[in-house]
Amino acid sequence: MMRRLLARIKAFFGKSRLDAELDRELAAHLDFAIEENIERGLSPEEARREALVKIGGLQQAREKHREARGLIRLDILLQDLRYIFRTLGRDLGFTIAAVLILALGIGANVAVFSVVNTLLLRPLPFPQSQELVWIAPPPTKCGLSCATYSTDAYDTFRMGTRSYQDVTGYFAFSSPDNLSLTQHGEIINATAIDVVANFFQVLGVHPAMGRLLTPDDGRTGAPPVIVLSDAWWRRQFNADPSIVGKTLDLNHQQVTVIGVLPPSFDFGAVFAPGTKVDAITPFALYGSPRDWGNIITFIGRLKPGVTLAHARQEAEAVAPRMCGNNKHPESCGEYKDGVIPVPLKDYVSGRLRRSLIVLWSAVGLILLIACVNLSNLLLARSTARSKEFAMRAALGASRARIVGQLLTESLVLSAMGAVAGLGLAWMLVYWLAHQGSVALPLLNTLHIDGAALAWTVLIAVVAAMLFGLAPGLRIATGNLHELLKDTGAGSGQGRRHERFRSVLVVTEVALASVLLVSAGLLLRSFLRVLDVDLGFESTHAAAINAIYDDSAPTRDASIAKRTAIFQQMIERIEAIPGVQAAGISDYLPLGQNRSWDIPLPKGVTPPKGLTDGPLVYVVTPGYLRAMGTRVRGRDFRWDDGPHSEPVVIINQSYARFLAGLTKWPNNDAVGQVLDNGGPGLHVIGVADDVHEESTEGDTGWQIYYPQTQAGPVGAELVIRSTVPPAMLANSVLSALRLLNPHQPAAEFRPLQTFVDHANSPRRFFMLMVASFAALGLLLAAIGIYGVISYTVTRQTQEIGIRMALGATMGRVQRQVLGGTLRLAIVGIALGAAVSLAAAKLIASLLFATSPWDGVTYVAVALALLAVAVVAGYLPARRASRIDPMVALRAN
Amino acid sequence: MSPSKLDLLQGTLDLMVMKTLSAMGPMHGYGIARRIEQVSGNEVLLNQGTIYASLVRLEQRGWIDSSWGVSGNNRKAKFYAITGAGRQQFEEDTLYWRRLTGVMDRVLDLNDEAGALPGAEGETV
Repeated sequence: MMRRLLARIKAFFGKSRLDAELDRELAAHLDFAIEENIERGLSPEEARREALVKIGGLQQAREKHREARGLIRLDILLQDLRYIFRTLGRDLGFTIAAVLILALGIGANVAVFSVVNTLLLRPLPFPQSQELVWIAPPPTKCGLSCATYSTDAYDTFRMGTRSYQDVTGYFAFSSPDNLSLTQHGEIINATAIDVVANFFQVLGVHPAMGRLLTPDDGRTGAPPVIVLSDAWWRRQFNADPSIVGKTLDLNHQQVTVIGVLPPSFDFGAVFAPGTKVDAITPFALYGSPRDWGNIITFIGRLKPGVTLAHARQEAEAVAPRMCGNNKHPESCGEYKDGVIPVPLKDYVSGRLRRSLIVLWSAVGLILLIACVNLSNLLLARSTARSKEFAMRAALGASRARIVGQLLTESLVLSAMGAVAGLGLAWMLVYWLAHQGSVALPLLNTLHIDGAALAWTVLIAVVAAMLFGLAPGLRIATGNLHELLKDTGAGSGQGRRHERFRSVLVVTEVALASVLLVSAGLLLRSFLRVLDVDLGFESTHAAAINAIYDDSAPTRDASIAKRTAIFQQMIERIEAIPGVQAAGISDYLPLGQNRSWDIPLPKGVTPPKGLTDGPLVYVVTPGYLRAMGTRVRGRDFRWDDGPHSEPVVIINQSYARFLAGLTKWPNNDAVGQVLDNGGPGLHVIGVADDVHEESTEGDTGWQIYYPQTQAGPVGAELVIRSTVPPAMLANSVLSALRLLNPHQPAAEFRPLQTFVDHANSPRRFFMLMVASFAALGLLLAAIGIYGVISYTVTRQTQEIGIRMALGATMGRVQRQVLGGTLRLAIVGIALGAAVSLAAAKLIASLLFATSPWDGVTYVAVALALLAVAVVAGYLPARRASRIDPMVALRAN
Repeated sequence: MSPSKLDLLQGTLDLMVMKTLSAMGPMHGYGIARRIEQVSGNEVLLNQGTIYASLVRLEQRGWIDSSWGVSGNNRKAKFYAITGAGRQQFEEDTLYWRRLTGVMDRVLDLNDEAGALPGAEGETV
């Protein structure tokens, strides 16, 4: 059979030679036959006629020969394609419109598929990633400190469980820009994450160059080493191929580069979306970190065959034995019910599932609208071509062949649209992958892959079937001879046909209105989020990471040194023209956070089940003013020293909670004393609640300590200015450098960037859905215009007659517009009904907005009506300009 | 053409062509067509043109060969000859045809005599 197929393929390509040979053979055949007939006594003409009759037609013989020897289907297909390209070329306007519409529909779908595939469908970029679990307590309000574990707890868990191949983790409090790299006399900031030394073994990451961390690197006192990310290696070290083994001057320490990570591993993309992590350093578990409390996140790799349920049971059993610190037996058992493994994938992208499904549905609707539009275009075209089809049918083309040809035409259009759409999707995906500041996981790994290509083919074929169906069916079921007679104007066939097109328009408007309602609801939610009182003023303020050295032999000396540095720093900065206020905190809202203990009013027994303490900020005087956070009471003073009375500022939520536990005059916390096991903490002020973890969530408890009485972990210098903060960047940096020559060129970050970062996923989804809705609206407008315009053309004669009988221009216009609006209103009503029914799907994505939000529905209805009026106006105007004489003479 | 002539069943023409070539040696298309007409006693409805589709099919399968030559009356014509593989195939096909016609005969006779037998069963033999 193989041999036959080869012969057929050969014959397919050697067509002209084989045809010529057959013709010679047939000529010889005729000659033989004529000769024989003449011998039998026939006249030459009679002999020839007889011979031709016997051979049964030369053309039929040729066709049969071709059918037997070659690939007849392919022949037909090529013929069809040639014909299709010729007709499409003749109808260039139609072709361009169709391909453009399809490209938009398919492009949007492929791009969104790539996003969904990367975030949701594809496994995480680690080998056997289904074995990886994230181990953490259920969400609490005390931030990272309640989502992490102590090093002792890590040991107990790692040793006490059997479900895991190994357990690893990383230091959750590595702050951004924690590295100062001195290179070529310049100081540059970079971000490193400290990880438990077995981190890469557990994840299954292999180095691109050199080696990754080994247990030895994690011993206390081990020579300092660093692993570079691929991006940082390229950017900062010009992809130096001999970087491994070189030493870097990092934080005034000589650190050896031991390896470079592969481009496929990006810590930020998986564990800290929207941030860049330049390097990985080993975390020494057994030095002072033992006393730092909860600092490590857990990541485990389950043994093959171990179920999540089993791992959960085991974790539940081990949790009570884990201690905050083995030296403090009272800290044992604090993790009870707080050690729960979940698939790492769920932790990374699980909460985006709903958003992604909505996004996917939105592009699905876009494709449907595009198909309806195309269907409409093709229908109009097939009407214009119906006489051609009828003629061909009359000349012997089979109905199947004509329908097949129409479907092939749909496929050709769809394929062209898919190619253009793929280009569009590629651009969109490239753009998305380079939105470094959008806090969505894995976004920077986005690319068009094999799955996306397969998806493109699939939707292109499905789309072709969808929009090719209507015109195809019309030919398949209609009477071709009727078509030949149907001249259009007002005949029964024409009317039925128009009704069908109206149905298409109504569908289109309905789909567009569903999209618009979703987009409108998301937009309103987004605006509501922007309106949230964050507890601080994000505009006209910026933060910079300031480096200082407060090392001193005693705590008091250290505090004195630090206070002097900070005081000087703030004075210098406030002296810069345009600066209104400046202050320092170790952590910023919407950045990192931690909690310590839970100071309660003196004499109050802690309520049962109270585990989550307030988030702690160690600040200087003036910080809260610089942030724009209002305080009732007084701010810290520089003379709130280590030996004066301990003071704190708490936020309203915490003050309210504390007031509920005891009896305070006027329920006012200001002036009250909280128990800290020593002389007591004097509450000197109550601050506004600040959104510390997210812009949308509830605010938790917060407590501010003065840096003169508690130890900060760093210095974020916050500057409030009357001018745009970016203008101050240089003068601030030079002021800091005057004080400390080691101050790196740290990034000057407007506070708004923290807010934008926190809002970025919502903004991302809102913008995507809104763009798709706009696209849907545009397509619907084109659809309405197409149908109304076509109707007017068909009714030219009728309108002409009516005008000849006295109808005014205004009346004709009103009638056409009225028809348009009728279609639009039916579509809007239908769309609103579907939206109301589908409200549940989107409800969980909304913020302070009802899924039945009346304003949105009304606005969408008005927008669609306006679009319908505009789309209908042009044909209406044309209709009113019809010259009755010309219209009646035509046709 | 008279309606009483037999329409050729699918595949029977190929078998007739092979039989002709195996019995008569190399022949050209016209010769084969005339020979089949003569042997069948002009009972077969044969469009002579269709013989060429059959010939190209057999040639692609490697059962016959072709080459241009000169005929007895000095005309150039394409001559076809059966190959070794063709002869083998011809024997197989002949056996198959004999068995099939034998079965058909028996079944049709049976149906004639014992009309009780359901027709459907006869067809599935």
